[in-house]
Amino acid sequence: MRDTATMPAPAAAPTPVVFRGGLFTPATSRIAGALALFGLIGLWQGASSLGWISPIFAPSPARVANALIGMAQSGELQDHIMASLARLFGGYALGMTGGVLVGLMIGLFGVFRSAGIAVVSAFFPIPKIALLPLFILWFGIGEGSKVATIAFGTFFPTVVATYGAVDNVDRSLVRMGRAFGLSTLAIITKIILPGSLPGIISGLKIASSIGIVLLIAAEMIGANQGVGALVLSAGNLMQTDQLLAGVVMLSVLGLTIGGFIGAIEKRLLVWR
Amino acid sequence: MRLIADRIHHKYGPLPVLEDISFTVEDGEVVAIVGPSGCGKSTLLRILGGLEKPASGGALCAGEAPAGSLNPFTFVFQDFALLPWRTVAQNVRLPLEGHGLPEAEIAARIADTLARTKLTDFADAYPKQLSGGMKQRVGIARALAVKPAILLMDEPLSALDAQTRELLMDDLVHLHEQGNLSSVYVTHNLDEAVRLADKVIVLRRRPGKINAVVELKVPRTARDGTDAEMARQTKELWHLIRADAEAADREILDA
Repeated sequence: MRDTATMPAPAAAPTPVVFRGGLFTPATSRIAGALALFGLIGLWQGASSLGWISPIFAPSPARVANALIGMAQSGELQDHIMASLARLFGGYALGMTGGVLVGLMIGLFGVFRSAGIAVVSAFFPIPKIALLPLFILWFGIGEGSKVATIAFGTFFPTVVATYGAVDNVDRSLVRMGRAFGLSTLAIITKIILPGSLPGIISGLKIASSIGIVLLIAAEMIGANQGVGALVLSAGNLMQTDQLLAGVVMLSVLGLTIGGFIGAIEKRLLVWR
Repeated sequence: MRLIADRIHHKYGPLPVLEDISFTVEDGEVVAIVGPSGCGKSTLLRILGGLEKPASGGALCAGEAPAGSLNPFTFVFQDFALLPWRTVAQNVRLPLEGHGLPEAEIAARIADTLARTKLTDFADAYPKQLSGGMKQRVGIARALAVKPAILLMDEPLSALDAQTRELLMDDLVHLHEQGNLSSVYVTHNLDEAVRLADKVIVLRRRPGKINAVVELKVPRTARDGTDAEMARQTKELWHLIRADAEAADREILDA
């Protein structure tokens, strides 16, 4: 007969090892995103309809939509948007082109590097809107000064992003190009430029949002047309529905430009 | 084509890194350079390939490069150095561009080297889609496409896992049996050296100078990992390197 007292206790049934490998990997859901957005608008509409929110200070989404439709029907909205887009694209095109070119020169050639970085560092921290009065003196109160402010404001971040992108191109690829006897021009066009493209594009994204800020600021200081002018004059007249309609347009504008650059990025950078 | 290292001396600042290195890579010969880390073997390879200037002495070449050679001294890099935005075929194409070759010849060279490196089915893949072994095959294909006289391989298998290394080593052995290709093969892996080389140059460190030259007589294709002669030679090489490797391991780095 076995003496159970001296036997080791029977092994407990195996239990699974506790899982603790869960990490912070938030799942994304388009539906949840849309729900949050529409839910917020619904809450706002509900609060307005119940009279909890004063229609003068914060008009309901329905009134904002009405204002948008009204301005669209009269053609006023389109005029403002076209005026803003023309300034934005004019300034952005100048700032972007110049910024990429100067950034490449700084990134590629030692001669430009020290001088370029010193100048860029001095100008980079200036809030460019501070230069608008000067630009008004130089280029007049019309389009010139606004385009110049946007061009100037988008130029510097583009320069910084571009030479940073050139600096970040894997040096071992450049060494490979040399080892295979590629010409300097071929190394620039076939290795450095494509290699710096991702960094340049992310710089252009940042520059585009800076461009929109400067656009609105410049239009608030001196313009009759444009989304910034619309928002400012609507505020002065207590037309908060039109004011918010303008703000909604700015959100749409920002999203559209961001989506546009994102689409270009996706096309050019399939290899990533 | 022969490559001659002629009394190469090199310094980084006051620190001598290479001292009086002379040897010859004969036509069709594979020379392995082994040594502990810090012995200057990669520097030596860069000097041989014209990427770095020695303090004195230099690399000489004698004889004709093969017909159609675009780059007689061609590197294969440890980190592959592939352009991530180009497909496999486009990466192999890179060194063929700008020489005025007819398009048909470029296409033929790409097809031929992809076939020799078993990459034909991967011609349109991007590097990020490939395993390390496949990436290095692209590196080798790119090097072969320019019809090199001498391949300069800098730790080509060191970034790969052990099994992939074995497979690529078979390919390299095969490649050197196929054609009259000379190579300088820098490695810290003695097995690789004993497997591939006709001659192993053992460097010692600080400064790097030639400690011994070991000739391997067994034909490349007859060697395999279980061969007693190979084991003996690996042991002999280890014996030559061990003290230096220990010193390298125990060194405090100034940084």
